Amino acid sequence: MLIRTRDLVKTYRMGDSEIRALDRVSVDIDKGEFVAVMGPSGSGKSTFMHVLGCLDRPTSGQYALGEKRVSELGGDELAAVRNRSIGFVFQQFNLLPRTPAIENVELPLVYAGIERKFRLEKSKAMLERVGLGERAHHHPAQLSGGQQQRVAIARALVTEPLLILADEPTGALDSRTSLEIMGLLQELNRQGMTVVLVTHEPDIARFARRILGFRDGRVVQDDRNRALAA
Amino acid sequence: MNFGALLRIALRALAVNKLRSALTMLGIVIGVGAVIVMIAVGAGAHARVEEQIRALGSNLLLVTPGSTTAGGVRLGFGSRSTLTEDDAGAINREIPEALAAPALRGSAQVIWANTNWSTQIQGTTPEYLDVRQWPLAAGRSFEPAEMAAGAKVCLIGATVAKQLFGDADPLDQSIRIKRVPFTVIGVLEVKGQSLMGSDQDDLVLIPIKTARSRVLGTASAARNRTVSTIWVKAADGVDTRELEGQVRSLLRQRHRIQPGTDDDFSLRNLAEVMATQEASSRVLALLLAAVASVSLLVGGIGIMNIMLVSVTERTREIGLRMAVGARTRDILGQFLVEAVTLSLIGGFVGVAVGIGASMLIAELAGWRIMLSAQAVGLAVAFAFVIGVFFGFYPARKAARLNPVEALRFE
Repeated sequence: MLIRTRDLVKTYRMGDSEIRALDRVSVDIDKGEFVAVMGPSGSGKSTFMHVLGCLDRPTSGQYALGEKRVSELGGDELAAVRNRSIGFVFQQFNLLPRTPAIENVELPLVYAGIERKFRLEKSKAMLERVGLGERAHHHPAQLSGGQQQRVAIARALVTEPLLILADEPTGALDSRTSLEIMGLLQELNRQGMTVVLVTHEPDIARFARRILGFRDGRVVQDDRNRALAA
Repeated sequence: MNFGALLRIALRALAVNKLRSALTMLGIVIGVGAVIVMIAVGAGAHARVEEQIRALGSNLLLVTPGSTTAGGVRLGFGSRSTLTEDDAGAINREIPEALAAPALRGSAQVIWANTNWSTQIQGTTPEYLDVRQWPLAAGRSFEPAEMAAGAKVCLIGATVAKQLFGDADPLDQSIRIKRVPFTVIGVLEVKGQSLMGSDQDDLVLIPIKTARSRVLGTASAARNRTVSTIWVKAADGVDTRELEGQVRSLLRQRHRIQPGTDDDFSLRNLAEVMATQEASSRVLALLLAAVASVSLLVGGIGIMNIMLVSVTERTREIGLRMAVGARTRDILGQFLVEAVTLSLIGGFVGVAVGIGASMLIAELAGWRIMLSAQAVGLAVAFAFVIGVFFGFYPARKAARLNPVEALRFE
């Protein structure tokens, strides 16, 4: 079992009222799965994603990622988990501006304390894997949206994480480019990478083999072993 | 994350807003420049005074006869001849930390062969050379027998030697002072200008007894053994102000002055006279210190302001860095290095500006300046401290951002 959550609760205070963004969520995800997390806005899917990504800590409940009981870790240890075990792909790409693609890709390795020579080799290899080997020294502004998202995926892969967390990865792309990016994620999943995807678009969720439906902070749907979109 | 990587990030971030970065540095540039000029001018003035003290002879007290009142009319200093050779002797005897030399001064025409020169004649004792720390360039000093006998021998200053003898050797030559023939037994080394700017080398020294009886003497002077000055040197490590008190009470006692009445002599501490001369340059140094501290403060606030703007502008970048594994201290380090880089570049430019301004001041105002590596080090250290101090709050603000909120920031 790669991901195992038990009774995850996350509450926020908003003025006088308390909002329960996650309400006793218990989910298991195996290595090699491709899961789409769906639900309307306010359903808790983003909060679930942030907890899975170690960007946010649950108010209560347990979360284990691989061997690590993440819900018991401190700030620096969470940073180390994000660095080594999780690759993020964001809707807005979040590339550093005025910085060559290859340096964007090597960023997690910089924080991992890897030597420069090895960083560049590894980053170059990752850019080739997403089909951008020729554009290693282009700045984000010189790349199309789809290419920028490929750079972001290369960055997510560069530390060889346990899973890829993609938060609306196609939200800023046109439909043709969206299909390309989803194809790339699907390809990575075929090679054994665990992918968790947050989306509200059924067309995009079709690429996943399992769909987790969220509503009011709870899992209300769990479809497994779906037929794959081509 | 190593320092080189942090520095690269900082330089890239600063290069994005070149004009903004340059304007932010301006306060530090002016502040550090002012520190450099302040130290250069201050050290220059101090060195000049030190040099003068060395030229005059350090740790000197000057005793001159006091003023007197005759029928309600107060006459000036020296109007009464109250100091005697015996006062000098008493100082030497009673105060072991002091070395005193009496001097009887006058001026006269000095003649050698067919040249003559008007100069100052000073009757004194061999101690005078020790008190003034004035070595001989050639020849020898007075011998006790010559002092006791009132021998007709003299030591001449460098200016007199040059004016009378030119390139000739003055030793053992006979010169006439007020028609009395004297043998030149020594030549003094060059001493240079006095505090007032007069030429100290323009003088002839003769034994005080000779001066009184043959050259400068008056009837009363001969009777009372009066002198025009007593020079007193403090031994090494003795506070001249303390010595001043000792000399004063000794002389008051010898002159039988009642408590509550004025001294009949005047006592000046030359080190203090010169210290007041240093004060004028100190005023300027103080002014520059004020300018420096105000601009360093304003410069520091400027850095803090720009760093806060920068942290806000780059909130998403910070969120992303946290998402890919930056720890709190990585983010803190990144923004701290950026602030310090900003202030240090300002500091280095300020050092260059300060050195240039110091040289310009030396050129235009003719002041002595002294640039030192310590001053540069101090100024750069100032800039560094300001960068750390004013950069810390924005950096901490960045490091404490919540990654989720930072990533969502629009």
